[in-house]
Amino acid sequence: MASFTVGIVVFPGSNCDRDVAWALEACLDIKTKFLWHESNDLNDIDSIVLPGGFSYGDYLRCGAIARFSPLINALHDFVKSGRRVLGICNGFQILTESGFLPGALVANENLNFICKDVDLNVITSKGRWFKKLDEKQTIKLPIAHGEGRYHCDQDTLKRLIDNDLIALKYKTNPNGSTSDIAGITNEKGNVLGLMPHPERACDESIGGIDGLYTLKSLMT
Amino acid sequence: MDKFEVKVFIRLRPSVLDPAGEAIKSASNKLGVQGIKSLRIGKMIEVKIEGNQEVDVQEKIDLLCDRLFANTVIEDYEYTIKKL
Repeated sequence: MASFTVGIVVFPGSNCDRDVAWALEACLDIKTKFLWHESNDLNDIDSIVLPGGFSYGDYLRCGAIARFSPLINALHDFVKSGRRVLGICNGFQILTESGFLPGALVANENLNFICKDVDLNVITSKGRWFKKLDEKQTIKLPIAHGEGRYHCDQDTLKRLIDNDLIALKYKTNPNGSTSDIAGITNEKGNVLGLMPHPERACDESIGGIDGLYTLKSLMT
Repeated sequence: MDKFEVKVFIRLRPSVLDPAGEAIKSASNKLGVQGIKSLRIGKMIEVKIEGNQEVDVQEKIDLLCDRLFANTVIEDYEYTIKKL
């Protein structure tokens, strides 16, 4: 049997693809394969990561153009099959622009590019993407974004709350996100989009290991 | 086929905060221009396109606006069409 393989999508402008590969391969011993955005063959792929970066230079809107790549078209069937998809930062923006997740990510309230560690409350167990690490049920992950303010209308927010789709909330809202939202899942729980970077928190020597569980859960 | 020039205006919906607009508003005040009650930034996309008649062009532009030019979760759009 072929070993479990996580596909890491590479768009022109992706820049966290190699970090994700390092975290999965070196820290978790999970096999990875880079998937160029023009490919649409996902047959031998078990889970997918849409990494952070600036796909297509963030032209028009973050994630807007990536939506039209052959790989994102193929992702619809992949998601329907129940396999897991993790969108980190720009990957989250792509998931909302492509309609896999509701809402949108817009410019931070204070217009700053924010790069720092943040404390996050784990809200849902849907999809089992997070392990509640302490009695306060918080994890610490780095964020690095200029356009990470989650926005949705009141009806969408109600749907997120009623269906338990809010995955993570900032303890202290850094960017003006609606309802402090840092990450959400789809109804089935097999798609997670989040602004924080779990791949940058996989080794104590670089500041923490709270991201390991989320990446490991790609194998769930 | 006729040629048309289309100007598409894309704006953040009124319910979406525009921090860049707020920053420009503040700079405008520093320039000494008083009385600005609201300032919001949008985008304008200019398209030159061929079509048999205006209604065909309208159909294409609607598709482009709904699916690509604007994210209707956060943005509204409007456009003008001029026959060249």
